[in-house]
Amino acid sequence: MTTVAAAGTDPLPGRGESRWRRFVVRLFRTKPLGAAGAVVFVIFLLSGIFAGVLAPYGINETDLAHRLEPPSTQFLLGTDHLGRDLFSRVLMGARLSMIVGFCAAALATVVSIVIGVLSGYLGGWFDMLTQRLVDAWMTFPDLVLLIVVVSVVGPGIIQIVIILGLLYGIAGSRIVRGAVTSVREHVYTHAAQSIGAGTFHILRRHILPNVMPVVIVLFTTRVGAVILSEAALSFLGLGVPPPAPTWGGMLSGDGRTYLYLGPWLALAPGVCLTVVVYSANVFGDALRDLLDPRMRGT
Amino acid sequence: MTEPLLRIENLDVTFRGGFGNRPKVRAVTSLSLEVAPGETLAIVGESGSGKSVSALSILRLIPDPGQIENGRILFEGQDLLALDDAGIRSVRGNRIAMIFQEPMSSLNPVLTIGRQVAEPLRLHRGLSRREALEQAVEHLESVAIPDAAKRLGDYPHQFSGGMRQRVMIAMALACHPRLLIADEPTTALDVTVQAQILELLKERTREADSALILITHDLGVVARYADRVAVMYGGRIVESGPAAALYADPRHPYTQGLLRSVPRLEGECGGRLDSIEGQPPDLAALPAGCAFAPRCPYTHDRCLAAPPSLEAAAGSRAWACYGYEGESAP
Repeated sequence: MTTVAAAGTDPLPGRGESRWRRFVVRLFRTKPLGAAGAVVFVIFLLSGIFAGVLAPYGINETDLAHRLEPPSTQFLLGTDHLGRDLFSRVLMGARLSMIVGFCAAALATVVSIVIGVLSGYLGGWFDMLTQRLVDAWMTFPDLVLLIVVVSVVGPGIIQIVIILGLLYGIAGSRIVRGAVTSVREHVYTHAAQSIGAGTFHILRRHILPNVMPVVIVLFTTRVGAVILSEAALSFLGLGVPPPAPTWGGMLSGDGRTYLYLGPWLALAPGVCLTVVVYSANVFGDALRDLLDPRMRGT
Repeated sequence: MTEPLLRIENLDVTFRGGFGNRPKVRAVTSLSLEVAPGETLAIVGESGSGKSVSALSILRLIPDPGQIENGRILFEGQDLLALDDAGIRSVRGNRIAMIFQEPMSSLNPVLTIGRQVAEPLRLHRGLSRREALEQAVEHLESVAIPDAAKRLGDYPHQFSGGMRQRVMIAMALACHPRLLIADEPTTALDVTVQAQILELLKERTREADSALILITHDLGVVARYADRVAVMYGGRIVESGPAAALYADPRHPYTQGLLRSVPRLEGECGGRLDSIEGQPPDLAALPAGCAFAPRCPYTHDRCLAAPPSLEAAAGSRAWACYGYEGESAP
């Protein structure tokens, strides 16, 4: 096409590697806080993945000569009541907490999208039925559901991920549905119908991209919420079973028991938890702003 | 006369009253009209007269509680109401296209202009991304978007209202539809831009040899751009005919009232404009007789008993008024 060649631009804007690079550059330039959040999040992710290499001691390696020692050069974050190195355990805890947080939040988001988009867009009796089921599900207190299910299927990472994913996913579908019902009424949805687009096409190309800001925020807040829920479950002895070191378990188990003798036991996993949740949130906010073309400078 | 491109026969559209015993809303009642190939038909009426619903029902896009109760919509001899979902989708945007009232919100804010103009081409012509985008450039150029190739990657918020309506026109005409329905395409635009957009619409449809249904409440627009006019009131067509004849000699009292209420350049200055007394009818409780009777200066007993039907007259004109059926003109 001469016109395209003459203008000298790629008629397929924003494709390939350069798009990713441009995106990262824009993230750092316009949203420094969000970029910092992303960096911190990635650091935690990597340290979780490479915990086996980075950890100076084994997670269950006890040293009764060094019990409840405060942080020192030998034990960077101190030791617990069995003489286990806290730094190693926190690193390994990053792995478990990140797995649980990431997977369960991802599952929750997918469940929310599927239920919320279908229910919100199709409307009618389908919406009515789905939403009453969601209502019924939400009337159960979370904790009661969790306790019942864990007592039946037993504790373990996969169970925790699935239960938390469903729990938050079904509740979150309300939020997605709300966003979809407002997008559905926009003229561009009718315009898409008027050019002959099918339902699936409209959902994928027109509805989903417009509810993405909500979905991104939903996901990032869920990462934090899920990690905290896992901590609550561990507190009740229903989380990932010990001696596996999850942050929640460390915080609510030994951390609480030895709060006076060794405050670092609670401090280290607590600070990690806070930092990860916060960095996920600021990164999510930045992502939402950057991905929305309306909020871009021209 | 040639075979019409579109023929609507006795169309009834109602909206369910919802819970309880609320009456049905009769948005359109026994509507019949024809559009010839290449013709521009204006459908005129005030808010709630059923003009938009008529247009939406052609593409079967009436929003939820609404339903088509009766009638046939024949497009190139094919009954659109009898098509299955895939069948009607292959007509939408391909053989019949539509332009909506609000250019500000009829483009998807998170998709680039290029992708949106390419969308009907990809849906109906099965073109690849690149081919569709290349054609999109041509279509954008044909509606006078400057630097079209460079603007493919731009988003709707980077365009002005008039430009967006141009994009909508490019999108609607992308597949060379035989019929274009424009639902108040210029209502949300500045007056100067309105004229440009209408000129463009007229010119582009003439080049593509498409028929155009122009829905509007602006009689000035009608006079200038339409070949034929259908005036709607209370869900029915009350008068139709060639634009010039209808302007020169309106026959239905409602049309007469409408034309009298338009400000004119000639004549005395400072006088009050005429208006039609009363309120438009409640579509959920239409009177037994003529819907215009409560506001009509010529009402007699017969008007209140049963609604007059649209009677054809010489010069392909038609109107629905008892006053004109017999000898006694009001």
